[in-house]
Amino acid sequence: MSGAFQFVVTTLPFLWQGLLVTLWVSLAVVLISLVTGGLAGIGLTYGPWWVRLPLRIFSDILRGTPLLVVIFTIYYLLPFAGLNMQPMPSVILALVAFKTAHVGEITRGAIQSIPPGQTDAGKAIGLTFAQRLRWVILPQAVRRFLPPWVNSVTDTVKGSSLVSLVGIVDLMLASQQVIGRTYEPMPVYLLAAVMYFVINYALSATSRRLETRFAYIRE
Amino acid sequence: MNYHINFNFVWKYADKLYWGLVLSIELAFISILIGCVIGLALAVVYNDGHPWLKRVVSAYVEVVRNLPLLLLIYLIFYGIPSIGGFAFDATESFVLTLSLYAGAYLVEVFRAGLAAVSPGVIDAGKAIGLTAWQRFAYVRFPTMLRIVLPSLSNAFISLFKDTSLASVIAVPELTFGANWIKTNTFRAVEVWIVVAGVYLVVGWILLAALRLLERVLMPGRRT
Repeated sequence: MSGAFQFVVTTLPFLWQGLLVTLWVSLAVVLISLVTGGLAGIGLTYGPWWVRLPLRIFSDILRGTPLLVVIFTIYYLLPFAGLNMQPMPSVILALVAFKTAHVGEITRGAIQSIPPGQTDAGKAIGLTFAQRLRWVILPQAVRRFLPPWVNSVTDTVKGSSLVSLVGIVDLMLASQQVIGRTYEPMPVYLLAAVMYFVINYALSATSRRLETRFAYIRE
Repeated sequence: MNYHINFNFVWKYADKLYWGLVLSIELAFISILIGCVIGLALAVVYNDGHPWLKRVVSAYVEVVRNLPLLLLIYLIFYGIPSIGGFAFDATESFVLTLSLYAGAYLVEVFRAGLAAVSPGVIDAGKAIGLTAWQRFAYVRFPTMLRIVLPSLSNAFISLFKDTSLASVIAVPELTFGANWIKTNTFRAVEVWIVVAGVYLVVGWILLAALRLLERVLMPGRRT
């Protein structure tokens, strides 16, 4: 028993460093994609056709390609845009692009769930477009947006494990490195699994709570 | 920069991509099939079983859904043989992993579908003297299938895309083929653009086929 305890104590600092990277990458992607995805969703719903069409194409391409392929394509494509990036910014860009498409669709769905009468009422009392969004549409859409969005945060944390494949030492690659030294795959993977599980379970439990909290607007 | 885009090397090794795609589709098909069996069986257990069994099913779903697929792949391919003292074939190990992963997602889909079958229909089945098995086969299952088809299609496409992760344990599917060409010709951009396009087109064809199936199985409803 003390042997297992010793193993955990010596392993944990390395995994902890990786966990911090995983959390950092996930947080950056979640925050940036919340802004870009929200804007994409508004563009998809209200934009003129020359805004909607490129957004639709962008969204369909990114949602139709495996995340792993998106990461590699952007990683090797960027130098052509004159950007010779380090792995970290490049991979964050890939995750943000992927997530923007998903958050954009969640936003679009949430906005479109608001009955058109609300917009008409806003127009009738003389609100501008920005005012209608700010005071009428978005406050109601947020309740439809939150549960699937929190769920998609779980996907981001899980998807962030793919950054290990371009050599960023996140929780996934940190566990691989520890295994490379100890030749003990099972306990290390289980430790990493517990870490991922705790984060994601908290998130999906939050999503479920929000869903029941806002269930009354279903009908 | 003196780099010229040149797709010739990708065409030269196109057979790697072709056979890779065939394997990707096979992996997806088999895993989805096993996943559907797991999902359907556990959904029935969840709906009709003991509260105790219900908790076991929930635990399975929560554990698998809250872990990255990449971790599950490593855990099953490297982790389990290390304590069992045997070796997995990479392809078999991946099919096992993706089936378990698919199962956890499909339980949720089928469970929601079974719960949405109105009790009146089942009572009607009882009233005309159908046995429990007949009620399931002729009443609950077909009704549920129509309810879940759209979410089932999404899950299938998502699982097809997930087969790209098999490349990390050297299963020679599409993404692995792309990596091979990249390593051997250094034509990284070209090959990734082509492969992204292949995933997109196959995904769209799959989606169109599933939408068609939805229309055939639900003739009354226009979606």
